[in-house]
Amino acid sequence: MSSAVTVSAATTVTEADTAKVEIRSVHKSFGTLHVLRGIDLDVRAGEVTVVLGPSGSGKSTLLRTINHLEKVDSGTVSVDGTLVGYRLSGNKLYELRERDILKQRTRIGFVFQNFHLFPHLTVLENIVEAPVSALKRPRKDAEAAARKLLDRVGLADKAEAYPKQLSGGQQQRVAIARALALEPGLLLFDEPTSALDPELVGEVLDVIKDLAASGTTMIVVTHEIGFAREVADTVVFMDEGRIVEQGPPGEVLDSPRHERTRAFLSKVL
Amino acid sequence: MALTSDPPSAVPLTKAPEAATATTVAAVPRASSAPAGLTVVPVRHPWRWVAVAATAVLLVQFAHGLVTNPGWEWDVFAAFFTTETILQAVWVTLQLTFHGTALGFAIGIVLAFMRLSANPFLRSVAFAYIWAFRSIPLIVQLLFWFNLAYLYKELSIGIPFGPSFLSFDTMGLVGEMSAAVLGLALHQAAYAAEIVRGGVLAVDEGQSEAAASLGIPRLRQLRRIVLPQAMRSILPNAANEIISLFKGTSIVSVMAIGELFYQVQVVYGRNGRVVPLLMVATAWYVLLTTALSVVQHYVERHYAKGSAR
Ligand SMILES: Nc1ncnc2c1ncn2[C@@H]1O[C@H](COP(=O)(O)OP(=O)(O)OP(=O)(O)O)[C@@H](O)[C@H]1O
Ligand SMILES: [Mg+2]
Repeated sequence: MSSAVTVSAATTVTEADTAKVEIRSVHKSFGTLHVLRGIDLDVRAGEVTVVLGPSGSGKSTLLRTINHLEKVDSGTVSVDGTLVGYRLSGNKLYELRERDILKQRTRIGFVFQNFHLFPHLTVLENIVEAPVSALKRPRKDAEAAARKLLDRVGLADKAEAYPKQLSGGQQQRVAIARALALEPGLLLFDEPTSALDPELVGEVLDVIKDLAASGTTMIVVTHEIGFAREVADTVVFMDEGRIVEQGPPGEVLDSPRHERTRAFLSKVL
Repeated sequence: MALTSDPPSAVPLTKAPEAATATTVAAVPRASSAPAGLTVVPVRHPWRWVAVAATAVLLVQFAHGLVTNPGWEWDVFAAFFTTETILQAVWVTLQLTFHGTALGFAIGIVLAFMRLSANPFLRSVAFAYIWAFRSIPLIVQLLFWFNLAYLYKELSIGIPFGPSFLSFDTMGLVGEMSAAVLGLALHQAAYAAEIVRGGVLAVDEGQSEAAASLGIPRLRQLRRIVLPQAMRSILPNAANEIISLFKGTSIVSVMAIGELFYQVQVVYGRNGRVVPLLMVATAWYVLLTTALSVVQHYVERHYAKGSAR
């Protein structure tokens, strides 16, 4: 951490009861490339936030800072009122040890564009791995829970299959089940359907819609405008490392206030 | 014409009575046989058959020579192949290979992760080690170890330039056999490190990222997620290394350790039957390398789980 960020502890506490995720003036550069240029975002518990924006606008980077896969240069991210990756003491931020960061991540599910299933493990082993090794659940309980999750994503009969034997849509549904196995309070999706053939997109979006309906807090980066309109409580439009505008889907998608949002939407709609 | 007759094709052909009729595409509609009733005639490779014949003749001549040339002295070969001395020497060779491999790969794995670590000091030390041990010929290194007792009369553990807590007599600690194992292992470690590092780098970064996002503990990520996948590219190279170390143990003969090659030299030094005794050593090396290759096949199959290929 180069810049010791000064965040008054008071604000964190007062807003903690409503906000699930709080992002405060987050900056991030890769070398000379300034990718995130002061992001502020609140996500309330139980809500679905859809992030839109052109390629390279920093959507993935933002998502990855939320579970500390990417370290911020300055600013703070907190989930459930707890800072991610750091401990605030006085007005200094102390970097957490890797072990503690890993523990924090078990409360945040992450679904990747390219699934990243473990190819040498069966579907069931993929799902059971984290609950057993990170949460120390007994393997039997974890397996029973995993089978329920597979049933929920419509893949009850694929428990013993290897990822390579599944279609892209099925693999992504397994990846979602794997993330859910930790019973996270927050789910992050980074373009979950972008690597899929068009006819497989629907089955994955259906699973995500199902989760939204059950009240899971989610942040979804996607280019599926129809999905955003149907499921999102808030749509966030990003461009060049900044949030250009945000609001209910009816506002942002149908009557955007900013020229850049309008230009982007006219291209993807 | 006999040379050009190819083995029967997998495509179900109509029973063409003559080669001549087969070459003209028979357009007789017979739905049950070939598609649309057409006969498929595979491409012919006359020169391939010429090459096969020539190679076969050479092989037969060589085999004939092996059997009939009295210089091979097969009776001497048979007499020595399983004598006590030779079997014991084979056992020593296997021990050198096993301990050299085990210790070499153990050190190699540590070096590989040092080279992959974020710490520049650890990275440089590992780099320097690999550089040094790949540069020094094995035989030179072995002679150094053998003469260690001359350089250091005793080894002690303590603070550099300060007091020492423990000390050993070097000659007692590093016997001939351990000096050989140590030399082989330290040499092997440099190569093993690069093989392991290459294997780990070949695993998609997304794998450890996914594991990290699931909060899987660091060591578990390595053991359960990264290394099993790295094994797929590590294994063929590691098998090569083990086999070459196995044969490389013959270098240890310069230290007068009774491994296979040294023992064979001792025997033919006494009875002068050089060729059949070299054949004894050769046969053992080939036999055991074959056994290693069979083991390799099954181990690779184990780590291919879940892969399409
Ligand atoms: N690890 C990295 N090292 C260097 N540059 C990076 C790294 N990750 C991302 N970038 C760069 O940062 C910028 C933002 O990347 P990011 O992946 O966040 O964009 P995105 O909005 O998700 O785009 P897309 O829609 O194409 O996924 C891009 O220009 C990218 O090249
Ligand atoms: Mg992206």
